[in-house]
Amino acid sequence: MALKFPIFMDSQSTTPADPRVVEAMLPYFTEKFGHPASRNHPFGWEAEGAIDVARERIAKLIGARDPKELIFTSGGTESINLALKGVAEMYKEKGTHLVTTAIEQRATLDTCKRLERHGFSVTYVPVRPDGLVEVEAIERALTDKTILVSVMFANNEVGTIQDMAAIGKLAKARGILFHADATQAVGKIPVDVEAMGIDLLSCTAHLMYGPKGVGALYVRRKAPRVRLAPMIDGGGHERGMRSGTLPVPLIVGFGRAAEICAQVMPEESARLRTLRDRLQDAILGSVEDAYLNGHPERRLPHNLNISFAYVEGESVLMGVNKETALSSGSACTSSTLEPSYVIAALGASTELAHSSIRFSLHRFNTEEEVEFVARRTIEVIKRLRDMSPLYELAKEGVDLKSIQWKAE
Amino acid sequence: MAYSEKVVDHYNNPRNVGSFPKDALGVGTGLVGAPECGDVMKLQIKVNLETGVIEDAKFKTFGCGSAIASSSLATEWLKGKTVDEAGKIKNTDIVNELKLPPVKIHCSVLAEDAIKAALADYKEKHAGATASAEK
Repeated sequence: MALKFPIFMDSQSTTPADPRVVEAMLPYFTEKFGHPASRNHPFGWEAEGAIDVARERIAKLIGARDPKELIFTSGGTESINLALKGVAEMYKEKGTHLVTTAIEQRATLDTCKRLERHGFSVTYVPVRPDGLVEVEAIERALTDKTILVSVMFANNEVGTIQDMAAIGKLAKARGILFHADATQAVGKIPVDVEAMGIDLLSCTAHLMYGPKGVGALYVRRKAPRVRLAPMIDGGGHERGMRSGTLPVPLIVGFGRAAEICAQVMPEESARLRTLRDRLQDAILGSVEDAYLNGHPERRLPHNLNISFAYVEGESVLMGVNKETALSSGSACTSSTLEPSYVIAALGASTELAHSSIRFSLHRFNTEEEVEFVARRTIEVIKRLRDMSPLYELAKEGVDLKSIQWKAE
Repeated sequence: MAYSEKVVDHYNNPRNVGSFPKDALGVGTGLVGAPECGDVMKLQIKVNLETGVIEDAKFKTFGCGSAIASSSLATEWLKGKTVDEAGKIKNTDIVNELKLPPVKIHCSVLAEDAIKAALADYKEKHAGATASAEK
């Protein structure tokens, strides 16, 4: 089969919508355009019915007992904001301390920073070099003022999957609420809020072949019944936790995406794992001084993150970007001019954080694409190393750490 | 970020990649930047001791595409200039030529630093030689 360029291998930033998802959405823009809160005519009933179906499908995908436990939002960022701020506001009489990890996404870290400015305290638990947070480390961080533990289910850069069940058990035993940022996990690997003791869970449609602009927050209703202070005031939609007219077409697409993910997950994750392993073996097998970031096994099946010593990440992306979309933890590719804090938190040198490249596969990637990307990446690394002064020094046997670097 | 055509051209066809032996006669070497900052440039000049003219220049760069392009351009500009003329190359000239956006200006600064460091190294090693050549 002929390759079609550019190849997309950046599915942890977003995924293409599945054509079946788009097909399900289309009627809800035009003939089925009703407002789901219109209780007195068929347009409203039709929209409400479609929302109910979507809610059930998403609830089923994450193991929620009751579809009513799902609150629709605009996406992962809003869900995380609502979970953290909503709990903090509602439970502040009980305590003002939150626990999270050093490798959370910005929505969590920045929300925590804001809460800290408003009188809350937050502990950022460090992770091991493979990206795993030790349950004992979380336990040590808990105090009698802790009201919430918030942990990323699977990491967006290195893909490491945390032991959510153990953390959930710990939180439950201490009477502390547990929020899972599962934006990278839902639809890709098994998620079960009941079995894992998760009280709040954030997810988003666009990372599971659904549309951008819609997400959900799971809010447990029983044992315990979680309460949240809303961030948006208005008509009291979504059990009063998130006012605003529901974007029916987006929610229908989200529901259809969840249904498809549930159906294909075992087969799809096995296929992507095989492709990912092939990519990993091809690259690590022929490039020296390349290091796998994250956990070798407890990792999302479609994630591969490698640091290539002696070359800078953005220059690698520039070498491949005519044909392939990848991403890098290099400072030059971030808006903050800082290299990846995730790779840095794993204890890698800052230099290796600048050199990290993330390959993230998706439903529509093929074997031919993987072979091409492996070949192209290897070529580009070789070319860049031939023009790298660090590679030259290392080849001469110079210890790069022994040099007094003159930073600008 | 979209790159300017000239940055892409230098990235795809870098001029004068390579190294001279550090201790060779007429060679000056500048090594600037730091791996943890994501940018390291090595820039070398080879000066004709008779005329004081830079006859050849080479670079190796660890850094983003704009850093590679800035150092590649610097080697092009250095060739044929006298040591004194070379000292007048400014980072702003590189910014203008490559149309670097504000976030990439540090790449041009590093290239200017690399030129200065190579010239200083040359002058230090060949203090006597240059002085006689200039007379």
